[in-house]
Amino acid sequence: MKNFGGEILFLDRSDINTDEIIPARYLTEITKEALKPYLLEDIKLDGFLPETDLLNKKVVISRSNFGCGSSREHAPWAFEVNGINVTIAFRYARIFRQNMFNCGMLAIELAEDVIDGIFNRFADKKASLEMDLENSAFVITSGSEVQKIEFSVSEFDYDLVKSGGWVNFADKRY
Amino acid sequence: MGKTIVEKIFDSHLKDNPSGNINVISLDAVFCHEITTPVAINDLVMRGKDRVFDSAKIKVVIDHVTPAKDSKTAMQGKILRDWVKRNKIPDFFDIGRNGVCHAIFPEKGFVRPGYTIIMGDSHTCTHGAFGAFAAGVGTTDLEVGILKGVCAFIYPESIKINITGKLKEGVFAKDLILHIISLLGVDGATNKVVEFVGTVVDRMSMEERMTLCNMSVEAGATCGICYPDEVTVDYLWEFIKDEFVSKDAALTEYKKIISDDDASYFKKIDINIDDLEPMVTYGFKPDEVKAVGMLAGEKIDQVYIGSCTNGRIEDLREAAKVLSGNKISDSVRGIVSPATPKVFNMALEEGIIKTFLDAGFCVTNPTCGACLGMSNGVLADGEVCASTTNRNFNGRMGRGGMVHLMSPATAAASAISGFITNSNLYKG
Repeated sequence: MKNFGGEILFLDRSDINTDEIIPARYLTEITKEALKPYLLEDIKLDGFLPETDLLNKKVVISRSNFGCGSSREHAPWAFEVNGINVTIAFRYARIFRQNMFNCGMLAIELAEDVIDGIFNRFADKKASLEMDLENSAFVITSGSEVQKIEFSVSEFDYDLVKSGGWVNFADKRY
Repeated sequence: MGKTIVEKIFDSHLKDNPSGNINVISLDAVFCHEITTPVAINDLVMRGKDRVFDSAKIKVVIDHVTPAKDSKTAMQGKILRDWVKRNKIPDFFDIGRNGVCHAIFPEKGFVRPGYTIIMGDSHTCTHGAFGAFAAGVGTTDLEVGILKGVCAFIYPESIKINITGKLKEGVFAKDLILHIISLLGVDGATNKVVEFVGTVVDRMSMEERMTLCNMSVEAGATCGICYPDEVTVDYLWEFIKDEFVSKDAALTEYKKIISDDDASYFKKIDINIDDLEPMVTYGFKPDEVKAVGMLAGEKIDQVYIGSCTNGRIEDLREAAKVLSGNKISDSVRGIVSPATPKVFNMALEEGIIKTFLDAGFCVTNPTCGACLGMSNGVLADGEVCASTTNRNFNGRMGRGGMVHLMSPATAAASAISGFITNSNLYKG
């Protein structure tokens, strides 16, 4: 199982698409590692600079319809090779969400007011997340501020994460 | 309680129910192209599982960057080619015989009513036009599909859109789907299947239905779907005539999968399109849609006519009607990419290619290239493209570029004027 948790990158916009996460001009790469320098290169988000803002980040928190558009699994891979194995959002596009779990990564969905609360409290600070997957909860910490949040992951998605992804799961079962 | 078409398809393909509402279904076809398949192939090789579940059910094309533009894209093509050879996959379309996946696979008769299909490409939902369940997936789903012939989905709810009225002259399936996306929103159909029904759809050709279903993913849908009918059977007849004694027999069989009257839906929407105008996107999301008239005068640098949305023969015919006898503006670069060799050939025979050339268009081979900014018409920073494709995301056709989505007729008219313009086919 992968490591989940660490410093948080806040992407404060809805409908961030996979072209923004990894532009098509890099889809000519045939290794995941080669995608590393290009993560979020085309994102339309005022003031965001990938070179500095991605440093040491391990978790992404965003708004609604995260990962819409192209089916490219290069989007989760680009996160993965940059050390980001968890995304948290109000809602996901279907394919991106499935791709995350298929890679043994976590795409956590939370209610809109919970996401709003996290943004209001932590988005302008340096914050980090500690994951307790066994108990379906995580804790966000920033200085003296601490917030515990519970989430739910379906049994199937949890099985994918534990198996290290869909290929391992399916190969044993089918 | 009755069932929807997609519920019937899922129930007849159910292989496993690992937990909750997850259905693992068997696949009738797995489509592959050179961008998303090579990583799956390399992983299968690395795992010592370089095999396919059924070579006859795997269909392969090189379409995104063709001819190869550099060493990397050449290698992607080579990985795919070598894999096809090793696994003796009979249906492979390489350069000279290749076309845009969602145009060429239906044309070859690979899509049938009731089929389940996946591909590592989000616009796989196009094939729902035939009454199939067809969904875009990532490389891992594709890899398992290739190896095991199965894929996992949440048992899908459906949104039924009943479309009535009559499209005005000069208003097309593209305008209709842009309008529908603006109504649903970019995530209005997430995890849902969108059923397109009603008299408007009944009168549509398969090409128009494919345009409709193609963009259902832009509202987040897993698949767009139309009911199989006489139009479907006519289109498929050359491929199915040995399986059925008559067209009526085929129709009777296919109609069994149509949604029951008492099926239950997540939502039902009625749309009357008598007053629908030609539509165009104005922002960076496909649900940001206005009437062309409201954006008239917006300057453009490039016009692109092609793609899995609007690169078929009917699309080229409409564009050629508008272009006939005209020259495109000196300030515009016009590019047309017929979606398949068959479309290219028909366009040649009908004089459409000459119309495009005489107007000042560059005619390229069939490829996806420009639509996603990979080749054959990438925009420069600050440039604007009038395009018949399906995504207007920031930088989609080139970093810093802007894309306005529209019908082929509107694109052709805009090429002539150099500005976003209604075509002369539309009388208002």
